[in-house]
Amino acid sequence: MDEEYDAIVLGTGLKECILSGMLSVSGKKVLHVDRNKYYGGESASICPLEELFTKFGAPAPDESYGRGRDWNVDLIPKFLMANGSLVKLLIHTGVTRYLEFKSVEGSYVYKGGKIAKVPVDQKEALASDLMGMFEKRRFRNFLIYVQDFLDEDPKTWKDFDPRTQNMTALYEKFGLDKNTQDFTGHALALFRDDEYLNNPAIETIKRIKLYSDSLARYGKSPYLYPMYGLGELPQGFARLSAIYGGTYMLDKQIDEIVLGEGGKVVGVRSGSEIARCKQVYCDPTYVPDRVRKKGKVVRCICLLDHPIPNTKDALSTQIIIPQKQVGRHSDIYVSLVSYTHQVAAKGWFIAMVSTTVETDNPESEIKAGLDLLGPVRQKFVSVSDYYEPTDDGLQSQIFISQSYDATTHFETTCLDVLDIFKRGTGEEFDFSKIKHELGDEEQ
Amino acid sequence: MANRTAQRPNGQTQGKICQFKLVLLGESAVGKSSLVLRFVKGQFHEYQESTIGAAFLTQTICLDDTTVKFEIWDTAGQERYHSLAPMYYRGAQAAIVVYDITNQDTFGRAKTWVKELQRQASPNIVIALAGNKQDLANKRVVEYEEAQSYADENGLLFMETSAKTAMNVNDIFLAIAKKLPKNEQNTGQAGNAQGRRLTEGDTGPKATGNCCK
Repeated sequence: MDEEYDAIVLGTGLKECILSGMLSVSGKKVLHVDRNKYYGGESASICPLEELFTKFGAPAPDESYGRGRDWNVDLIPKFLMANGSLVKLLIHTGVTRYLEFKSVEGSYVYKGGKIAKVPVDQKEALASDLMGMFEKRRFRNFLIYVQDFLDEDPKTWKDFDPRTQNMTALYEKFGLDKNTQDFTGHALALFRDDEYLNNPAIETIKRIKLYSDSLARYGKSPYLYPMYGLGELPQGFARLSAIYGGTYMLDKQIDEIVLGEGGKVVGVRSGSEIARCKQVYCDPTYVPDRVRKKGKVVRCICLLDHPIPNTKDALSTQIIIPQKQVGRHSDIYVSLVSYTHQVAAKGWFIAMVSTTVETDNPESEIKAGLDLLGPVRQKFVSVSDYYEPTDDGLQSQIFISQSYDATTHFETTCLDVLDIFKRGTGEEFDFSKIKHELGDEEQ
Repeated sequence: MANRTAQRPNGQTQGKICQFKLVLLGESAVGKSSLVLRFVKGQFHEYQESTIGAAFLTQTICLDDTTVKFEIWDTAGQERYHSLAPMYYRGAQAAIVVYDITNQDTFGRAKTWVKELQRQASPNIVIALAGNKQDLANKRVVEYEEAQSYADENGLLFMETSAKTAMNVNDIFLAIAKKLPKNEQNTGQAGNAQGRRLTEGDTGPKATGNCCK
């Protein structure tokens, strides 16, 4: 450990592993350390099942749960958008070769106590029972507008300036009612609250396009999920970093981040060893005095021995409960994965209900989601704070990632990573750097 | 099992492609990467750097009417501080555990890796033990017979190899290829039980790759 590195990365959560991979690929000498014995930190998938029960202080699972080793339970639920930034990162870095994915089978939205399939194209819009006859036509026109919209061609904007006019104005242009706005903004554009209505419409248009482009890639739904759980993702990027020379040490206690002149980082101390470095990249748990609380997320892991009712027995699905439907400010998310992804024993399903905490009784806030699941065999509730760094790290050269938020996909995760990389290196990540080199390896 | 398809009438060959994940294990500097480079590219570098940028190589071997495609995973140095990820063992159907015949410690470590594989990897994994650096036999400290009897006791394939002279390098991969079961599950046509790899411009399930191109 007593060596000099360009960068030391602390924690092997997904963000840190992507950063470590990008830094190594860019030619930096990287040391990557985790205090835990396993990869993934908060983004690990817990295996075996007994460990999950222990973690939540529950008595050991009985034999009906099958072999404990067949379970890989995520602590943070998320899906990948098939055409989103994480998939792009995976493909460009070649990390996709270490992973296999399955499409998520269904995407649903909650309305008036029931769930309905999210309509994404004109045909589905006309068949949907989310809207009345005339509203369907209007929604169809809106979808066509978004589909034909080209950022660089103002002719496709149709007398509307999406850069200055807000989303409410665009909804009004098409005469869409509040209900349609609700599932459009929350189940297609995937906004967590209603702030987007007052922002330029372009943002929402792009998000809806991402949804439909993602859907177009593999059908069924716009979401993907990795076999063996989300914990495979950090491992894949760690491997990329190692291939490009990154050094890995798990199970290593970090005792101090050593500062030099002007509060700039000069190294990291573990016991009596000091590894010197020019920069540190880490998650908030390694620097509690340099982050502030931004909010709380409540997550409930539910083990089921059946699929979610009214989802056509889907083996994987997502249900979004828009905030207004249940009188809240932020949406409730329900995700379901199962044995088909090698994350549970045969016949078992793992549902996760989560939302941003708004009251003093977080568990009651997810009730609307829990009610959709049918009988739950075992339930684990956790409430966690999420943190953001107090500064941009330019002075100290300590670059801190934000905790994982309540969103159901990895778009904000990637934005944070790319932003940190840019702050840390002063340049955008050059995707072309790796693609060619890795291409040579193929026979 | 390997001869199953050879029993077709008229010796009609209908090339079948089986793909296998093979992982390398062993102490640092025993020559894991060198063995792979010799096997895949026919190269040898006296001062091979610690593994950089070559951790996913493929090579095919033709066996009768079956083409065996190896997806070879190198440790990328993650073994050094006991930081190999579970992903590494996941779904591996074959492993080569390498030691250096001029270094007793590496043989001890090889035994530990074999135990680790028996614990972590799939129960049907085919394991080969490679005593590398056979070209330095005059400095040998691990006796051939000792390794052979250890391999026999544990049901491992065993060969002494030299990445430098190429001795037994192809042979050890060939021996593994022969021992691997070549059933439907490995031909990539087993259906939807497995997930899919993502590729650029992918619009559906990936077509089975064409071997020997």
